[in-house]
Amino acid sequence: MKTTTDFKERASGRPTEAQSGAAEWLRNRLGTSPLEEIAAEKTVPRHRHSLWYYFGGMTLFLFSIQVVTGILLLLYYRPSAEEAFESVQFIMTDVSFGWLVRSLHSWSANLMIAVLFVHMFSVFFLKAYRRPRELTWVTGVLLLFISLGFGFSGYLLPWNKLAFFATRVGTEIPRVFPFFGDFMMRFLRGGDEVTGATLTRFFGFHVAILPALTTLILGVHLWLVQCHGMSRPPGPGYENGKTMKFWPNFLLRDIMGWLFALGLLAALAAIFPWELGEKADPFASAPAGIRPEWFFLFSFETLKLLPAHLWFMEGETLGVLAFAVGAAFWLLVPFLDKRAARGLPSRAFTAIGLLVLIYIIVMTAIGFLA
Amino acid sequence: MNSVKQDVRDEMERMNKTTRRSFLDYLLGTSVGAVVVSICYPVLSFLTPPRVAESADLTVVAGKVKDIPPNSGRIFKFGSRAALLVRTPAGEIRAFSATCTHLDCTVQYRDDLRGIWCACHDGHYDLQGRNVSGPPPRPLEQFKVNVRGDEIVVSRG
Repeated sequence: MKTTTDFKERASGRPTEAQSGAAEWLRNRLGTSPLEEIAAEKTVPRHRHSLWYYFGGMTLFLFSIQVVTGILLLLYYRPSAEEAFESVQFIMTDVSFGWLVRSLHSWSANLMIAVLFVHMFSVFFLKAYRRPRELTWVTGVLLLFISLGFGFSGYLLPWNKLAFFATRVGTEIPRVFPFFGDFMMRFLRGGDEVTGATLTRFFGFHVAILPALTTLILGVHLWLVQCHGMSRPPGPGYENGKTMKFWPNFLLRDIMGWLFALGLLAALAAIFPWELGEKADPFASAPAGIRPEWFFLFSFETLKLLPAHLWFMEGETLGVLAFAVGAAFWLLVPFLDKRAARGLPSRAFTAIGLLVLIYIIVMTAIGFLA
Repeated sequence: MNSVKQDVRDEMERMNKTTRRSFLDYLLGTSVGAVVVSICYPVLSFLTPPRVAESADLTVVAGKVKDIPPNSGRIFKFGSRAALLVRTPAGEIRAFSATCTHLDCTVQYRDDLRGIWCACHDGHYDLQGRNVSGPPPRPLEQFKVNVRGDEIVVSRG
Protein backbone atom coordinates (compact mmCIF):
# COMPACT_ATOMS: atom_id res chain seq x y z
CA MET A 1 0.00 0.00 0.00
CA LYS A 2 2.98 2.28 0.57
CA THR A 3 3.43 2.89 -3.16
CA THR A 4 -0.11 4.09 -3.59
CA THR A 5 0.09 6.37 -0.57
CA ASP A 6 3.35 7.86 -1.85
CA PHE A 7 1.86 8.34 -5.24
CA LYS A 8 -1.29 9.97 -3.90
CA GLU A 9 0.74 12.29 -1.72
CA ARG A 10 2.99 13.24 -4.55
CA ALA A 11 0.07 13.83 -6.85
CA SER A 12 -1.54 16.06 -4.26
CA GLY A 13 1.66 18.12 -4.04
CA ARG A 14 2.27 17.21 -0.41
CA PRO A 15 5.72 15.93 0.45
CA THR A 16 5.99 12.20 0.89
CA GLU A 17 6.91 10.81 4.27
CA ALA A 18 10.53 10.07 3.28
CA GLN A 19 10.98 13.42 1.56
CA SER A 20 9.57 15.45 4.41
CA GLY A 21 11.78 13.60 6.92
CA ALA A 22 15.08 14.34 5.18
CA ALA A 23 14.06 17.79 4.00
CA GLU A 24 12.79 18.72 7.44
CA TRP A 25 15.95 17.43 9.10
CA LEU A 26 18.11 19.57 6.82
CA ARG A 27 15.83 22.58 7.10
CA ASN A 28 16.01 22.52 10.88
CA ARG A 29 19.79 22.44 10.81
CA LEU A 30 20.66 24.66 7.86
CA GLY A 31 17.90 27.19 8.29
CA THR A 32 17.17 27.23 4.56
CA SER A 33 13.56 28.37 4.94
CA PRO A 34 14.32 32.01 3.97
CA LEU A 35 16.00 30.78 0.77
CA GLU A 36 13.02 28.59 0.00
CA GLU A 37 10.71 31.54 0.54
CA ILE A 38 12.75 33.68 -1.85
CA ALA A 39 12.73 30.88 -4.42
CA ALA A 40 8.99 30.39 -4.01
CA GLU A 41 8.23 34.09 -4.41
CA LYS A 42 10.64 34.84 -7.24
CA THR A 43 9.00 35.28 -10.62
CA VAL A 44 10.21 36.08 -14.12
CA PRO A 45 8.21 38.35 -16.48
CA ARG A 46 6.73 36.70 -19.55
CA HIS A 47 6.63 38.56 -22.84
CA ARG A 48 7.85 38.15 -26.42
CA HIS A 49 11.48 38.78 -25.43
CA SER A 50 11.61 36.49 -22.38
CA LEU A 51 14.13 34.29 -24.19
CA TRP A 52 16.93 36.77 -23.43
CA TYR A 53 16.53 36.20 -19.70
CA TYR A 54 18.23 32.83 -20.07
CA PHE A 55 21.59 34.18 -21.23
CA GLY A 56 22.71 35.47 -17.82
CA GLY A 57 22.24 32.05 -16.26
CA MET A 58 23.93 30.47 -19.27
CA THR A 59 26.98 32.70 -18.76
CA LEU A 60 27.05 31.67 -15.12
CA PHE A 61 26.81 28.00 -16.06
CA LEU A 62 29.70 28.26 -18.53
CA PHE A 63 31.67 30.15 -15.90
CA SER A 64 31.15 27.29 -13.45
CA ILE A 65 32.51 24.90 -16.09
CA GLN A 66 35.56 27.17 -16.28
CA VAL A 67 36.03 26.95 -12.54
CA VAL A 68 35.77 23.16 -12.45
CA THR A 69 37.94 22.43 -15.51
CA GLY A 70 40.38 25.15 -14.45
CA ILE A 71 40.87 23.55 -11.04
CA LEU A 72 41.43 20.19 -12.73
CA LEU A 73 44.04 21.65 -15.09
CA LEU A 74 45.82 23.20 -12.09
CA LEU A 75 46.68 19.71 -10.87
CA TYR A 76 49.05 19.14 -13.81
CA TYR A 77 49.90 22.57 -15.22
CA ARG A 78 53.32 24.11 -14.39
CA PRO A 79 53.64 27.86 -14.73
CA SER A 80 57.21 28.35 -15.96
CA ALA A 81 58.73 29.03 -19.37
CA GLU A 82 60.67 25.77 -19.17
CA GLU A 83 57.74 23.54 -18.27
CA ALA A 84 54.45 25.20 -19.27
CA PHE A 85 54.31 23.96 -22.85
CA GLU A 86 55.45 20.47 -21.90
CA SER A 87 52.96 20.24 -19.05
CA VAL A 88 50.06 21.16 -21.37
CA GLN A 89 51.40 18.62 -23.86
CA PHE A 90 51.46 16.08 -21.04
CA ILE A 91 47.85 16.94 -20.18
CA MET A 92 46.79 16.58 -23.83
CA THR A 93 48.59 13.30 -24.50
CA ASP A 94 49.22 11.38 -21.26
CA VAL A 95 46.61 12.30 -18.67
CA SER A 96 43.35 10.36 -18.90
CA PHE A 97 40.75 12.65 -20.46
CA GLY A 98 43.30 15.46 -20.31
CA TRP A 99 42.52 16.42 -23.90
CA LEU A 100 38.84 16.60 -22.94
CA VAL A 101 39.35 18.74 -19.86
CA ARG A 102 41.64 21.21 -21.64
CA SER A 103 39.45 21.39 -24.73
CA LEU A 104 36.38 21.92 -22.56
CA HIS A 105 38.20 24.72 -20.74
CA SER A 106 39.13 26.45 -24.00
CA TRP A 107 35.82 25.93 -25.77
CA SER A 108 33.79 26.87 -22.75
CA ALA A 109 35.88 30.04 -22.31
CA ASN A 110 35.09 31.11 -25.85
CA LEU A 111 31.42 30.19 -25.63
CA MET A 112 31.20 32.03 -22.31
CA ILE A 113 32.51 35.24 -23.85
CA ALA A 114 30.09 34.84 -26.77
CA VAL A 115 27.11 34.24 -24.46
CA LEU A 116 28.25 37.10 -22.25
CA PHE A 117 28.13 39.44 -25.27
CA VAL A 118 24.62 38.21 -26.12
CA HIS A 119 23.55 38.75 -22.50
CA MET A 120 25.05 42.24 -22.45
CA PHE A 121 23.54 43.41 -25.73
CA SER A 122 20.13 42.00 -24.84
CA VAL A 123 20.24 43.89 -21.54
CA PHE A 124 21.34 46.97 -23.47
CA PHE A 125 18.60 46.86 -26.10
CA LEU A 126 15.85 45.99 -23.61
CA LYS A 127 17.07 48.93 -21.48
CA ALA A 128 17.29 46.75 -18.40
CA TYR A 129 20.08 49.01 -17.11
CA ARG A 130 17.65 51.82 -16.31
CA ARG A 131 16.75 52.86 -12.77
CA PRO A 132 17.05 51.10 -10.30
CA ARG A 133 19.43 48.63 -11.97
CA GLU A 134 22.32 50.96 -12.82
CA LEU A 135 24.76 49.13 -10.57
CA THR A 136 23.72 45.75 -11.95
CA TRP A 137 24.84 47.05 -15.35
CA VAL A 138 28.06 48.54 -13.98
CA THR A 139 29.03 45.30 -12.21
CA GLY A 140 28.10 43.39 -15.37
CA VAL A 141 30.40 45.51 -17.55
CA LEU A 142 33.16 45.10 -14.96
CA LEU A 143 32.64 41.32 -15.20
CA LEU A 144 33.01 41.65 -18.98
CA PHE A 145 36.35 43.42 -18.54
CA ILE A 146 37.45 40.73 -16.07
CA SER A 147 36.40 37.99 -18.51
CA LEU A 148 38.48 39.61 -21.24
CA GLY A 149 41.35 39.67 -18.74
CA PHE A 150 40.80 35.96 -18.10
CA GLY A 151 40.89 35.35 -21.85
CA PHE A 152 44.04 37.42 -22.36
CA SER A 153 45.96 35.91 -19.44
CA GLY A 154 44.80 32.35 -20.11
CA TYR A 155 45.81 32.56 -23.77
CA LEU A 156 49.50 32.84 -22.81
CA LEU A 157 49.56 29.95 -20.34
CA PRO A 158 50.28 27.11 -22.85
CA TRP A 159 53.37 29.17 -23.82
CA ASN A 160 53.03 28.62 -27.54
CA LYS A 161 54.27 30.83 -30.37
CA LEU A 162 50.94 32.39 -31.23
CA ALA A 163 50.16 33.33 -27.65
CA PHE A 164 53.69 34.59 -27.03
CA PHE A 165 53.49 37.17 -29.80
CA ALA A 166 49.87 38.04 -29.10
CA THR A 167 50.97 38.82 -25.54
CA ARG A 168 53.90 40.93 -26.76
CA VAL A 169 51.47 43.00 -28.84
CA GLY A 170 48.80 43.10 -26.13
CA THR A 171 51.11 44.21 -23.34
CA GLU A 172 52.68 46.87 -25.58
CA ILE A 173 49.29 48.56 -26.01
CA PRO A 174 49.06 50.24 -22.55
CA ARG A 175 52.32 52.02 -23.35
CA VAL A 176 50.47 54.60 -25.44
CA PHE A 177 48.91 56.04 -22.29
CA PRO A 178 50.83 59.09 -21.10
CA PHE A 179 52.50 59.09 -17.65
CA PHE A 180 51.62 55.59 -16.43
CA GLY A 181 51.84 53.68 -19.74
CA ASP A 182 55.38 52.46 -19.18
CA PHE A 183 54.60 51.40 -15.65
CA MET A 184 51.56 49.43 -16.81
CA MET A 185 53.53 47.59 -19.44
CA ARG A 186 56.23 46.64 -16.96
CA PHE A 187 53.60 45.69 -14.40
CA LEU A 188 51.89 43.36 -16.88
CA ARG A 189 55.12 41.84 -18.20
CA GLY A 190 56.97 41.60 -14.92
CA GLY A 191 59.90 43.24 -16.70
CA ASP A 192 60.73 44.94 -19.97
CA GLU A 193 60.18 41.90 -22.14
CA VAL A 194 57.69 39.02 -22.33
CA THR A 195 59.59 36.23 -20.56
CA GLY A 196 58.99 33.40 -18.14
CA ALA A 197 58.36 36.10 -15.53
CA THR A 198 55.37 37.25 -17.60
CA LEU A 199 54.06 33.71 -17.76
CA THR A 200 54.28 33.25 -13.99
CA ARG A 201 52.65 36.64 -13.47
CA PHE A 202 49.81 35.91 -15.92
CA PHE A 203 49.28 32.60 -14.16
CA GLY A 204 48.88 34.51 -10.89
CA PHE A 205 46.38 36.89 -12.52
CA HIS A 206 44.51 33.99 -14.11
CA VAL A 207 44.12 31.71 -11.10
CA ALA A 208 44.20 34.06 -8.11
CA ILE A 209 43.63 37.76 -8.71
CA LEU A 210 40.94 37.62 -11.39
CA PRO A 211 39.00 34.80 -9.66
CA ALA A 212 39.03 36.79 -6.41
CA LEU A 213 37.75 39.92 -8.19
CA THR A 214 35.13 37.83 -10.00
CA THR A 215 33.87 36.29 -6.76
CA LEU A 216 33.42 39.74 -5.28
CA ILE A 217 31.79 41.45 -8.26
CA LEU A 218 29.75 38.44 -9.35
CA GLY A 219 28.44 38.21 -5.78
CA VAL A 220 27.27 41.84 -5.94
CA HIS A 221 25.85 41.33 -9.45
CA LEU A 222 23.78 38.29 -8.41
CA TRP A 223 22.69 39.95 -5.19
CA LEU A 224 21.43 42.96 -7.16
CA VAL A 225 19.60 40.66 -9.59
CA GLN A 226 17.87 39.10 -6.54
CA CYS A 227 17.07 42.49 -5.01
CA HIS A 228 15.53 44.08 -8.09
CA GLY A 229 14.22 40.99 -9.89
CA MET A 230 14.21 40.72 -13.67
CA SER A 231 13.53 43.93 -15.53
CA ARG A 232 10.37 44.22 -17.61
CA PRO A 233 11.29 46.29 -20.68
CA PRO A 234 9.58 49.71 -21.01
CA GLY A 235 7.08 50.39 -23.75
CA PRO A 236 3.89 48.86 -25.06
CA GLY A 237 3.58 45.11 -25.40
CA TYR A 238 5.51 44.33 -22.23
CA GLU A 239 3.03 45.52 -19.58
CA ASN A 240 0.90 42.39 -19.78
CA GLY A 241 1.52 41.46 -16.15
CA LYS A 242 2.22 37.83 -17.05
CA THR A 243 4.88 36.08 -15.01
CA MET A 244 6.45 32.66 -14.62
CA LYS A 245 7.48 31.15 -11.31
CA PHE A 246 11.27 31.02 -11.01
CA TRP A 247 11.11 27.70 -9.17
CA PRO A 248 10.55 25.27 -10.77
CA ASN A 249 9.33 26.63 -14.13
CA PHE A 250 12.13 29.02 -15.08
CA LEU A 251 14.98 27.12 -13.44
CA LEU A 252 14.02 23.85 -15.13
CA ARG A 253 14.07 25.62 -18.52
CA ASP A 254 17.46 27.05 -17.51
CA ILE A 255 18.72 23.57 -16.73
CA MET A 256 17.51 22.29 -20.10
CA GLY A 257 19.60 25.02 -21.73
CA TRP A 258 22.62 24.12 -19.60
CA LEU A 259 22.27 20.47 -20.51
CA PHE A 260 22.19 21.44 -24.18
CA ALA A 261 25.28 23.64 -23.69
CA LEU A 262 27.08 20.79 -21.95
CA GLY A 263 26.30 18.46 -24.86
CA LEU A 264 27.45 21.06 -27.38
CA LEU A 265 30.68 21.62 -25.45
CA ALA A 266 31.43 17.91 -25.20
CA ALA A 267 30.82 17.53 -28.94
CA LEU A 268 33.02 20.52 -29.81
CA ALA A 269 35.79 19.31 -27.50
CA ALA A 270 35.65 15.80 -28.94
CA ILE A 271 35.41 16.77 -32.62
CA PHE A 272 37.67 19.84 -32.50
CA PRO A 273 40.17 19.34 -29.65
CA TRP A 274 41.93 22.61 -28.86
CA GLU A 275 45.28 22.91 -30.62
CA LEU A 276 48.52 23.41 -28.75
CA GLY A 277 50.71 24.81 -31.54
CA GLU A 278 54.48 25.14 -31.33
CA LYS A 279 56.43 26.02 -28.22
CA ALA A 280 57.22 29.72 -27.89
CA ASP A 281 60.74 30.77 -28.82
CA PRO A 282 61.58 34.32 -27.67
CA PHE A 283 64.44 34.47 -30.19
CA ALA A 284 62.42 33.50 -33.27
CA SER A 285 60.57 35.95 -35.48
CA ALA A 286 56.81 36.21 -35.31
CA PRO A 287 55.09 33.65 -37.57
CA ALA A 288 52.72 34.82 -40.33
CA GLY A 289 49.02 34.99 -39.50
CA ILE A 290 49.56 36.12 -35.94
CA ARG A 291 46.35 37.34 -34.32
CA PRO A 292 44.66 37.52 -30.94
CA GLU A 293 41.60 35.60 -29.82
CA TRP A 294 38.42 36.41 -31.72
CA PHE A 295 37.00 38.68 -29.04
CA PHE A 296 39.97 41.02 -29.43
CA LEU A 297 39.93 40.85 -33.23
CA PHE A 298 37.79 43.96 -33.74
CA SER A 299 40.18 46.15 -31.75
CA PHE A 300 43.21 44.43 -33.31
CA GLU A 301 41.79 45.07 -36.78
CA THR A 302 41.01 48.71 -35.94
CA LEU A 303 44.60 49.31 -34.83
CA LYS A 304 45.83 47.70 -38.04
CA LEU A 305 43.67 49.90 -40.24
CA LEU A 306 44.55 53.20 -38.56
CA PRO A 307 47.23 55.22 -40.39
CA ALA A 308 50.61 55.83 -38.74
CA HIS A 309 49.78 59.45 -38.02
CA LEU A 310 46.42 61.06 -37.49
CA TRP A 311 46.17 64.76 -36.67
CA PHE A 312 48.88 65.52 -34.19
CA MET A 313 49.33 62.05 -32.66
CA GLU A 314 50.17 58.53 -33.68
CA GLY A 315 47.32 56.51 -35.14
CA GLU A 316 47.82 53.71 -32.60
CA THR A 317 47.68 56.10 -29.66
CA LEU A 318 44.48 57.64 -30.95
CA GLY A 319 42.91 54.22 -31.49
CA VAL A 320 43.74 52.96 -28.01
CA LEU A 321 42.55 56.18 -26.39
CA ALA A 322 39.30 55.95 -28.39
CA PHE A 323 38.75 52.40 -27.11
CA ALA A 324 39.39 53.54 -23.54
CA VAL A 325 36.83 56.35 -23.91
CA GLY A 326 34.41 53.87 -25.50
CA ALA A 327 34.80 51.45 -22.58
CA ALA A 328 34.21 54.24 -20.06
CA PHE A 329 31.10 55.34 -21.99
CA TRP A 330 29.78 51.76 -22.05
CA LEU A 331 30.30 51.44 -18.30
CA LEU A 332 28.38 54.66 -17.62
CA VAL A 333 25.48 54.10 -20.03
CA PRO A 334 22.78 53.92 -17.30
CA PHE A 335 23.77 57.37 -16.03
CA LEU A 336 23.93 58.92 -19.51
CA ASP A 337 20.63 57.54 -20.84
CA LYS A 338 18.30 60.00 -19.08
CA ARG A 339 15.23 59.07 -21.13
CA ALA A 340 15.39 55.37 -20.29
CA ALA A 341 15.84 56.32 -16.62
CA ARG A 342 12.42 58.01 -16.80
CA GLY A 343 10.91 55.01 -18.55
CA LEU A 344 10.72 56.75 -21.92
CA PRO A 345 11.91 55.19 -25.20
CA SER A 346 15.50 56.22 -25.94
CA ARG A 347 16.10 55.74 -29.64
CA ALA A 348 19.50 57.44 -29.52
CA PHE A 349 20.95 54.75 -27.25
CA THR A 350 19.37 51.96 -29.26
CA ALA A 351 21.06 53.46 -32.33
CA ILE A 352 24.41 53.73 -30.51
CA GLY A 353 24.10 50.09 -29.42
CA LEU A 354 23.32 48.99 -32.97
CA LEU A 355 26.31 50.93 -34.33
CA VAL A 356 28.61 49.35 -31.76
CA LEU A 357 27.25 45.88 -32.51
CA ILE A 358 27.58 46.33 -36.28
CA TYR A 359 31.09 47.76 -35.87
CA ILE A 360 32.19 44.78 -33.75
CA ILE A 361 30.67 42.24 -36.15
CA VAL A 362 32.10 43.87 -39.31
CA MET A 363 35.59 44.35 -37.87
CA THR A 364 35.65 40.81 -36.47
CA ALA A 365 34.59 39.46 -39.87
CA ILE A 366 37.35 41.48 -41.59
CA GLY A 367 39.83 40.14 -39.05
CA PHE A 368 38.78 36.57 -39.78
CA LEU A 369 38.91 36.98 -43.55
CA ALA A 370 42.18 38.93 -43.62
CA MET B 1 -17.13 -15.41 -4.23
CA ASN B 2 -15.79 -15.11 -7.75
CA SER B 3 -16.45 -11.40 -7.94
CA VAL B 4 -14.53 -10.82 -4.67
CA LYS B 5 -11.55 -12.68 -6.14
CA GLN B 6 -11.84 -10.60 -9.27
CA ASP B 7 -11.87 -7.40 -7.19
CA VAL B 8 -8.76 -8.47 -5.29
CA ARG B 9 -7.01 -9.32 -8.53
CA ASP B 10 -7.96 -5.96 -10.02
CA GLU B 11 -6.72 -4.12 -6.94
CA MET B 12 -3.40 -5.99 -7.00
CA GLU B 13 -2.97 -5.25 -10.70
CA ARG B 14 -3.71 -1.58 -10.11
CA MET B 15 -1.04 -1.43 -7.41
CA ASN B 16 1.63 -3.11 -9.51
CA LYS B 17 0.83 -1.20 -12.67
CA THR B 18 3.47 1.11 -14.03
CA THR B 19 1.85 4.47 -14.27
CA ARG B 20 2.88 6.98 -16.92
CA ARG B 21 4.31 9.19 -14.18
CA SER B 22 6.43 6.46 -12.62
CA PHE B 23 7.70 5.49 -16.07
CA LEU B 24 8.71 9.09 -16.83
CA ASP B 25 10.28 9.35 -13.36
CA TYR B 26 12.28 6.25 -14.18
CA LEU B 27 13.44 7.68 -17.51
CA LEU B 28 14.34 11.01 -15.94
CA GLY B 29 16.17 9.34 -13.07
CA THR B 30 18.23 7.09 -15.31
CA SER B 31 19.13 9.94 -17.69
CA VAL B 32 20.20 12.15 -14.78
CA GLY B 33 22.24 9.21 -13.51
CA ALA B 34 23.83 8.73 -16.93
CA VAL B 35 24.76 12.43 -17.13
CA VAL B 36 26.28 12.33 -13.65
CA VAL B 37 28.29 9.20 -14.47
CA SER B 38 29.46 10.62 -17.81
CA ILE B 39 30.79 13.68 -15.95
CA CYS B 40 32.26 11.88 -12.94
CA TYR B 41 34.07 9.17 -14.89
CA PRO B 42 36.32 11.52 -16.93
CA VAL B 43 36.91 13.72 -13.85
CA LEU B 44 37.98 10.77 -11.70
CA SER B 45 40.18 9.38 -14.50
CA PHE B 46 41.75 12.82 -14.95
CA LEU B 47 42.53 12.98 -11.24
CA THR B 48 44.47 9.71 -11.44
CA PRO B 49 47.98 10.64 -12.56
CA PRO B 50 49.31 8.66 -15.55
CA ARG B 51 52.33 6.41 -15.07
CA VAL B 52 55.46 8.03 -16.39
CA ALA B 53 57.34 5.29 -18.16
CA GLU B 54 60.91 5.05 -16.90
CA SER B 55 63.46 3.08 -18.82
CA ALA B 56 64.41 -0.16 -17.09
CA ASP B 57 68.00 0.34 -18.22
CA LEU B 58 69.84 3.18 -16.63
CA THR B 59 73.52 4.04 -16.36
CA VAL B 60 74.81 6.93 -14.31
CA VAL B 61 78.22 8.25 -13.32
CA ALA B 62 77.90 8.37 -9.54
CA GLY B 63 81.17 10.10 -8.74
CA LYS B 64 84.91 9.68 -8.50
CA VAL B 65 86.67 6.98 -6.50
CA LYS B 66 88.93 9.49 -4.76
CA ASP B 67 85.89 11.40 -3.42
CA ILE B 68 84.59 8.45 -1.44
CA PRO B 69 86.93 7.15 1.28
CA PRO B 70 86.48 3.69 2.83
CA ASN B 71 83.71 3.38 5.46
CA SER B 72 81.59 6.18 3.96
CA GLY B 73 78.58 6.62 1.75
CA ARG B 74 76.94 9.29 -0.35
CA ILE B 75 73.61 9.85 -2.07
CA PHE B 76 73.50 10.39 -5.83
CA LYS B 77 70.73 10.93 -8.37
CA PHE B 78 69.81 7.74 -10.18
CA GLY B 79 67.10 8.37 -12.74
CA SER B 80 64.23 10.02 -10.94
CA ARG B 81 65.15 8.63 -7.51
CA ALA B 82 67.97 8.75 -5.01
CA ALA B 83 70.56 5.99 -4.75
CA LEU B 84 73.24 5.32 -2.16
CA LEU B 85 76.88 4.75 -3.00
CA VAL B 86 78.71 2.86 -0.26
CA ARG B 87 82.43 2.19 0.17
CA THR B 88 82.88 -0.57 2.68
CA PRO B 89 85.61 -0.45 5.32
CA ALA B 90 87.38 -3.03 3.14
CA GLY B 91 87.33 -0.56 0.23
CA GLU B 92 84.73 -2.26 -1.96
CA ILE B 93 82.25 0.03 -3.75
CA ARG B 94 78.56 -0.89 -3.85
CA ALA B 95 75.40 0.92 -4.91
CA PHE B 96 71.85 0.50 -3.62
CA SER B 97 68.54 2.13 -4.06
CA ALA B 98 68.36 4.77 -1.30
CA THR B 99 64.62 4.26 -0.86
CA CYS B 100 63.84 2.45 2.37
CA THR B 101 61.61 -0.54 1.70
CA HIS B 102 59.55 0.30 4.77
CA LEU B 103 57.88 3.65 4.06
CA ASP B 104 59.84 5.32 1.25
CA CYS B 105 62.27 7.40 3.35
CA THR B 106 65.79 7.96 2.05
CA VAL B 107 68.41 5.89 3.87
CA GLN B 108 72.00 6.93 4.77
CA TYR B 109 75.35 5.32 5.51
CA ARG B 110 76.35 5.27 9.20
CA ASP B 111 80.13 4.94 9.61
CA ASP B 112 79.75 4.28 13.37
CA LEU B 113 77.41 1.34 12.71
CA ARG B 114 79.23 0.30 9.54
CA GLY B 115 75.85 -0.18 7.91
CA ILE B 116 72.96 1.49 6.18
CA TRP B 117 70.41 3.15 8.39
CA CYS B 118 67.01 4.72 7.90
CA ALA B 119 66.37 7.61 10.26
CA CYS B 120 62.60 7.62 9.90
CA HIS B 121 61.82 4.41 11.79
CA ASP B 122 65.26 3.16 12.81
CA GLY B 123 65.60 0.55 10.09
CA HIS B 124 68.97 -1.16 9.62
CA TYR B 125 70.51 -2.76 6.55
CA ASP B 126 73.90 -4.44 6.33
CA LEU B 127 76.57 -3.76 3.72
CA GLN B 128 74.86 -6.16 1.31
CA GLY B 129 71.66 -4.10 1.57
CA ARG B 130 69.92 -6.84 3.56
CA ASN B 131 67.33 -5.71 6.08
CA VAL B 132 68.78 -6.84 9.40
CA SER B 133 66.72 -5.09 12.04
CA GLY B 134 63.89 -2.64 12.48
CA PRO B 135 60.75 -2.43 10.36
CA PRO B 136 62.07 -2.71 6.74
CA PRO B 137 60.41 -5.76 5.14
CA ARG B 138 62.76 -6.28 2.17
CA PRO B 139 66.41 -5.71 1.26
CA LEU B 140 67.43 -2.63 -0.73
CA GLU B 141 67.67 -3.07 -4.47
CA GLN B 142 71.32 -3.39 -5.43
CA PHE B 143 72.79 -1.87 -8.60
CA LYS B 144 75.80 -2.91 -10.65
CA VAL B 145 78.97 -0.92 -10.06
CA ASN B 146 81.85 -0.60 -12.53
CA VAL B 147 84.93 1.49 -12.05
CA ARG B 148 86.28 3.01 -15.27
CA GLY B 149 89.50 4.76 -14.49
CA ASP B 150 88.58 7.12 -11.70
CA GLU B 151 84.84 7.17 -12.47
CA ILE B 152 82.27 5.07 -10.64
CA VAL B 153 79.58 3.95 -13.10
CA VAL B 154 76.34 2.59 -11.65
CA SER B 155 73.85 0.76 -13.82
CA ARG B 156 70.63 -1.19 -13.64
CA GLY B 157 69.07 -3.63 -16.06
